[in-house]
Amino acid sequence: MANMISDKTIDYVGILAKLELSPQEKEQAKKDMGRMLDYIDKLGELDTTGVEPMSHVFPVQNVFREDVVTNGDESKAALQNAPGMKQNMFKVPRTVE
Amino acid sequence: MSILSLTAVELSDKIKKGEIKVTQALDEVFAQIDAKEKQLNCYVTLEKEKAYAQAEEVQKKIDSGELTGPLAGVPFAIKDNMCTEGTLTTCSSKILENFVPTFTAEAVKNLEAAGAVIIGKTNMDEFAMGSTTETSYYGVTRNPHNPEHVPGGSSGGSAAAVAADECFAALGSDTGGSIRQPASFCGVVGMKPTYGTVSRYGLIAYGSSLDQIGPLTKDVRDCATILETIASHDSKDSTSIPRKDTDFTTALVDDVKGMRIGIPRDYFGEGLDPQVKEAVLAAAQVLKEKGAIVEEFDLSLVEYAIPTYYTIAAAEASSNLERFDGIKYGYRASEYEGLHHMYKKTRSEGFGPEVKRRIMLGSFVLSSGYYDAYYLKALRVKALIKKAFDEAFAKYDVILGPVAPTTAPKLGESLADPIKMYLGDIYTIAVNLAGLPGISLPCGKDEKGLPIGLQLIGDCFREKKLIRMAYSYEQSRGGRS
Amino acid sequence: MKQYETVIGLEVHVELATKTKIFCGCSTAFGGAPNTHTCPVCTGMPGSLPVLNKQVVEYAIAVGLATNCEITRYCKFDRKNYFYPDNPQNYQISQLYLPICHDGYVEIDTPAGPKKVGIHEIHMEEDAGKLIHDEWEDCSLVDYNRSGVPLIEIVSEPDMRSADEVIAYLEKLRLIVQYLGASDCKLQEGSMRADVNLSVREVGSEKFGTRTEMKNLNSFKAIARAIEGERARQIELLEEGKSVIQETRRWDDNKEYSYAMRSKEDARDYRYFPDPDLVPVFISEEWLEKIKSAQPELRTEKMKRYKEEYDIPDYDIEIITGSKHMADLFEACVAICKQPKKVSNWLMVETMRLLKEQEMEPEEIRFSPQHLADLIMMVDKKEINSTVAKEVFAQMFDHDEDPTAYVEAHGLKSQNDAVELKKIVENIIAANPQSVEDYHNGKQKAIGFLVGQTMKATAGKADPGTVNQLLKQLL
Repeated sequence: MANMISDKTIDYVGILAKLELSPQEKEQAKKDMGRMLDYIDKLGELDTTGVEPMSHVFPVQNVFREDVVTNGDESKAALQNAPGMKQNMFKVPRTVE
Repeated sequence: MSILSLTAVELSDKIKKGEIKVTQALDEVFAQIDAKEKQLNCYVTLEKEKAYAQAEEVQKKIDSGELTGPLAGVPFAIKDNMCTEGTLTTCSSKILENFVPTFTAEAVKNLEAAGAVIIGKTNMDEFAMGSTTETSYYGVTRNPHNPEHVPGGSSGGSAAAVAADECFAALGSDTGGSIRQPASFCGVVGMKPTYGTVSRYGLIAYGSSLDQIGPLTKDVRDCATILETIASHDSKDSTSIPRKDTDFTTALVDDVKGMRIGIPRDYFGEGLDPQVKEAVLAAAQVLKEKGAIVEEFDLSLVEYAIPTYYTIAAAEASSNLERFDGIKYGYRASEYEGLHHMYKKTRSEGFGPEVKRRIMLGSFVLSSGYYDAYYLKALRVKALIKKAFDEAFAKYDVILGPVAPTTAPKLGESLADPIKMYLGDIYTIAVNLAGLPGISLPCGKDEKGLPIGLQLIGDCFREKKLIRMAYSYEQSRGGRS
Repeated sequence: MKQYETVIGLEVHVELATKTKIFCGCSTAFGGAPNTHTCPVCTGMPGSLPVLNKQVVEYAIAVGLATNCEITRYCKFDRKNYFYPDNPQNYQISQLYLPICHDGYVEIDTPAGPKKVGIHEIHMEEDAGKLIHDEWEDCSLVDYNRSGVPLIEIVSEPDMRSADEVIAYLEKLRLIVQYLGASDCKLQEGSMRADVNLSVREVGSEKFGTRTEMKNLNSFKAIARAIEGERARQIELLEEGKSVIQETRRWDDNKEYSYAMRSKEDARDYRYFPDPDLVPVFISEEWLEKIKSAQPELRTEKMKRYKEEYDIPDYDIEIITGSKHMADLFEACVAICKQPKKVSNWLMVETMRLLKEQEMEPEEIRFSPQHLADLIMMVDKKEINSTVAKEVFAQMFDHDEDPTAYVEAHGLKSQNDAVELKKIVENIIAANPQSVEDYHNGKQKAIGFLVGQTMKATAGKADPGTVNQLLKQLL
């Protein structure tokens, strides 16, 4: 396997993705990610010099809204699914220590 | 003839003629669900009461002449990644186990406006990540043709529900083959339209640049009719494309004379099941006999589509799924110490293994130091793949090939080896990368009695060519199988 | 001790004055109850999608043009991924790879003469929601009313060398943006926010030192103090032989101290990539020309025009155009009463005095141009005298009183009835024979006394000039 994924990489990606893996899951993730990256490395066989990265498949551009208020008070809907709520706000664990 | 054996368009016809009441159709469907659902598990949520209430209203509008369209009164199933106001929408994930949307997806709204009756939300691979509907948090769905086999995925619930007459038609979504492949495995018709044809507003995103909603149906006429109904230019979706040529039913013409079909040799190489190959080539022969010009050609880059797709889809998914954090909706872990631990526990407990695998991969390929080598490289290869298709469509009206290398595998066979599972998407995935339309329709069965699918791929905005060819083929087989 | 030079670059966030948010039709109005200006888009509901507000693009281009930037004809939006509760999608839609404006500059005045501060780029992005800390329950609460409010971030080059230059740059930017009507730029309310990137190096050194980024600066004074504080902190570190760590620090203006905002959960790897939900923006020559031609008059042009059009001192022009609101008021008022000198006078003297007294900014002036014009015309017509005018003006300044109505209601009209006034003056002359004699003996001062007596008799409502003339006549 060409791509050796270290524990450090898995931990780092875990921080980025906000995922906490068990030791078992970590081992599996190292294996899976290594294999996937090996597979993706296949793209290196292709010469893409001078090829523009294509993020949008069609050349659609300039899709705009006019600056007109269309929405009213939708706070009830916004909060309807909230796991925690207080005073019409979303309740979350304390953000500053 | 039983009501359940009617197509959606046939049923609506009889309802409008007063031969069948909308509630009668519902009675039949729910009876069928009662009989089959225990074994097949096509649905995550059924909305029986709402469906009957909706049926009464639709019936009134049909009786008053307000609703005259070809889908009025037809019971529909919706994949559980499309938002439905007031109805649980889970994406077959634990993390959305209690999520009730406050608005309805545009495509579903279009169906409702045409008089469709929504009966429930169908099972899928969690967040549409998978090809078997085995990654659902709510249990596997089984293939109606053989319950030991998977229905395909990710729109497995929708495909199985149509195949098992647990609805008359369904909506699915296709990011890398998620409509076409389960349609093939379940022996129904499934179509992924050109990117931007159906609004994505209300579709819970997996890979935003690849996702499209499309129909799963009993025959090609239903497919064209539903696509005509759900296609719309939506100002709420910036990637929605205004089109004037969405009168797809006008393409239901039994004539392929002079149409040029390209068969990519690269689609018939190693890994393709001989029985699938035989059935697909036989279908090509039928079309040739009907006057189409059939030619083999080299599409090229086929083996690069999968790594390109998994890089792009995983990257977009890792970002799209960040919003599931236990704050605004859905599951939140019960015990945690502080904010970041809450995020981590919620997401680790809420997402299944396949979703986590793709989030991890996606976060990695976007991370500092790897973005250029992986993500940008994939976007460049995507441009090359698009170009290869452009060249092919300069010569051919339609590209013909299999949908998947094999018929439906047995339950439990696929998940053990993710890469092997990903390889199953080899014929469908490039279509999404290039934004093209593709249709899957039955073209036979293997010796185990499992359906084989034929895939037709068109140039962007050329759905009509696909519909015309699919319809012609279906006619020559004596209608739906 | 070695001699150090401070190197400062600024990241300025400006909230744009659009009616709606950048990607949805929710109002940007301040002060709504929590989450009442939200929808599925700005609360990150599954299935929702963003659609770009055209006005945001036009404001961004306008600011870019006014700061001498190149406009990126083909620009895109990228997602900046990081988890925080004020960010409902856990990614912020911003621009990294192709920001809308780049490579501009603004000119500031320094004691050494004019200086150009380079603008690296200007990009568009969405604001975050507001977090409120609940001490009772030891949790935080999120309000998404500000989530999705459009921002532009103006990133300068590290061209500034002192707090004075930073303030001059900010003042300049603020005026430009205000003149364009693109934002009200209130630091206190957060519609203009500046993050300071600062490093120090030995004088003469070519290489930049390690920089820190300072956040939470909400007044010009706080910015000046933070710069001084951070400069001292970094020099102290270097003098002790330690090194500066590249980090983000939060300034506490009460304690006059900054502390590092560090967390092991904060990887600062934002995984930017083009947002697939938004399509690129292409700015055609035609569109650009349209925005250019609609560009309002900026301060320098206005100052030039005032000099040509109005006969008022340079100093007045400087002060009046130093606030877009004051300049607008001036022009509107002149348009009504056609007396630039008098309008300028009221603004320069009484208005400035009251602003200072009440510690107000010119933006906070409340009286209408019509009322000031009315007041000036009443004085012209001698309907009131200047003492009364000042009294009325004070009322106008505080409550935007209608001067005509106020004068009427309080009986402040001048005693200008000639017959009536003549009678009073005759009475005064009769009652003060000594002063009359003094006057006839050449004591010019005596007439002043008689004027005063007359004013007293009319309760200050007579016009002193008229009284003076009348007295001379009758004596």
